[in-house]
Amino acid sequence: MDMPVKKKKLGLKERYALMTRGLGWEPSYQSIDDIFPMDSFEGIKIHDWDAWEDPFRLTMDSYWKYQAEKERKLYAIVDAFAQSNGHLTLSDSRYINTVKLFVNGFAPLEYMSHRGFAHIGRQFRGVGPRVACIMQSLDEMRHSQTQIHAISNYNRYYSGMAEFRHHHDYLPYLQVPKSFFEDAATGGPFEFIVAIGFAFEYVLTNLVFVPFISGAAYNGDMGAMTFGFSAQSDEARHMTLGLEVIKFVLEQDPANVPIVQKWLNKWTWRGVRVLTLVAMMQDYMLPKRVMSWAEAWEIYFEENCGALFRDLARYGITMPPCVEQVRLERDHLSHMAWAHFYQARGTSDFHVWLPSEDDMDWLSSKYPETFDQYYRPRFEYWAKCEADGKPFEATAVPMQCQVCQIPMLFTEPGHPMTLAQRHVHYRDEQYHFCSEHCEEIFNDEPEKYIQAKIAGHEVFKGNAFRPGTDPTAEGFNPAAEALAFFKVEHGRDNGLHHGSHDHRNFEMWRGLAKTND
Amino acid sequence: MAVVAIGKYEFEPSDGASNFHGARIIYAGWDEHLLFSCPYAWPLPPNLPFAHFVQGPMSEAFGQHPDWPKIDWATVTWTRNGETFSPEMDRSIAENGLVHKDSLRFQTPGLAGLDGKGF
Repeated sequence: MDMPVKKKKLGLKERYALMTRGLGWEPSYQSIDDIFPMDSFEGIKIHDWDAWEDPFRLTMDSYWKYQAEKERKLYAIVDAFAQSNGHLTLSDSRYINTVKLFVNGFAPLEYMSHRGFAHIGRQFRGVGPRVACIMQSLDEMRHSQTQIHAISNYNRYYSGMAEFRHHHDYLPYLQVPKSFFEDAATGGPFEFIVAIGFAFEYVLTNLVFVPFISGAAYNGDMGAMTFGFSAQSDEARHMTLGLEVIKFVLEQDPANVPIVQKWLNKWTWRGVRVLTLVAMMQDYMLPKRVMSWAEAWEIYFEENCGALFRDLARYGITMPPCVEQVRLERDHLSHMAWAHFYQARGTSDFHVWLPSEDDMDWLSSKYPETFDQYYRPRFEYWAKCEADGKPFEATAVPMQCQVCQIPMLFTEPGHPMTLAQRHVHYRDEQYHFCSEHCEEIFNDEPEKYIQAKIAGHEVFKGNAFRPGTDPTAEGFNPAAEALAFFKVEHGRDNGLHHGSHDHRNFEMWRGLAKTND
Repeated sequence: MAVVAIGKYEFEPSDGASNFHGARIIYAGWDEHLLFSCPYAWPLPPNLPFAHFVQGPMSEAFGQHPDWPKIDWATVTWTRNGETFSPEMDRSIAENGLVHKDSLRFQTPGLAGLDGKGF
């Protein structure tokens, strides 16, 4: 006869202990240094891995339950949005280019983040951080998937998204976010977690998520808005993890402080350089705007992160010096970037346009010190060129920074009409940089950055042609061949928004949805 | 500084001169003409006369600017990697001492962009 066994329910703390720390063991026939060969070479000293406190005390079983619940809610909304032709309720067809930028530039980073956290989730010898990293790794995978799923609905109707994976790997402008993440993932596990877990997820994540997700909400994109909300609770956990990591490492040994400071200096700068794309999106690409880049910077960096760095001061951590330059560039960044994307539109996978009079008035009101003086005249001149039927377009290959890989479009801090350049001679070769901060990153690890695949140079080397292409053939057109290799359909995926396939289709479909014709 | 790594960390540069089929990468940017968002890059044969570089690739890239035809080349000043440089137009890229990945900038006195506004 079976006797009913009275189950004792475990408390949260007890369960966390059993389901995380309790899963680890002391190795007996291998040395612990051989099992975890990667968590010491960076010079970070950890004396007590058990001092790691997981603020969420999340265990695997509750993680699955919790995430599954969110998935159900998310997919109900994504499906409803797709079935009701939600794309036709967007504020304007220009908005779709924001979605393209997101799926090409950002969703693959979530996947890279998944890989990075899976890697370090294996490499830390402490069980607590390993479990936390594995969960974050799964989160990042989920984010990448839900973003791609939600955006796939747009791909059925609009261009520039179908080859997002290939574009991310090869299209020149996307080498900026790609190389950013590869730089982090090829560091050691501590550098990766400081770079991504702290500098990116904590210091800069709001500057990415708020503009994109609020932008989606403001512009009627229910799908993107919902994956944003679905990811938000994970992001809160990641931010806490990022901060916990920093405090844990700093508390373990004073020798860790200068190493962490160096990484914070590097990754704050690397992060802000990548955010150039977000600044531009925020100020120029949202038909219904949320806030300016300058305003977002004030709230999410100056206020929030200012408080954070004041908090870290007790460990001897100071604000990264690059922040001074970021402040000087704050009122220039988005304008420089859009001016560049406008003229480099031939090699892009989304459409661009000139700001309207209304847009420019808004930009002057948000950037009273800079817009009218430095940028409006350029846009007005280009508008005149378009009106004359001779739109201005750059035809040559941009010179790029060896570290951030962004075309050398940044001006000298404090001198808005002088393009900045820094030069370093290393092992008989010239290298060029957009800023002293990128130069400093190079000088610290030149052997790493001399391997950079600079997109323009790859074209010149002949690496951006399809297999079997014969560059010596008569009538060989390198630019057209490179676009074919990039899988950019010239005239459809790139160019000006007005009159594009996407623009015309959107207007036609929306017309059909609203009238009886 | 050396890369902090788990093992030996030495690599060949990705963009060494030998990878460009005999060409040298040369960059050029036009100061006070920010209509062009950044300097550009070209793979050039070392024996290309400097004048041909100016009249060919550079003209193609910068010729859209109304200031381009007004340039008095006798007054133009140049820098190479931030240092003063005086190219001789009839001599080649190599004879002018330009090496792979040199960054040129040029200044056109009296021409400071549209309406003199630097763009």
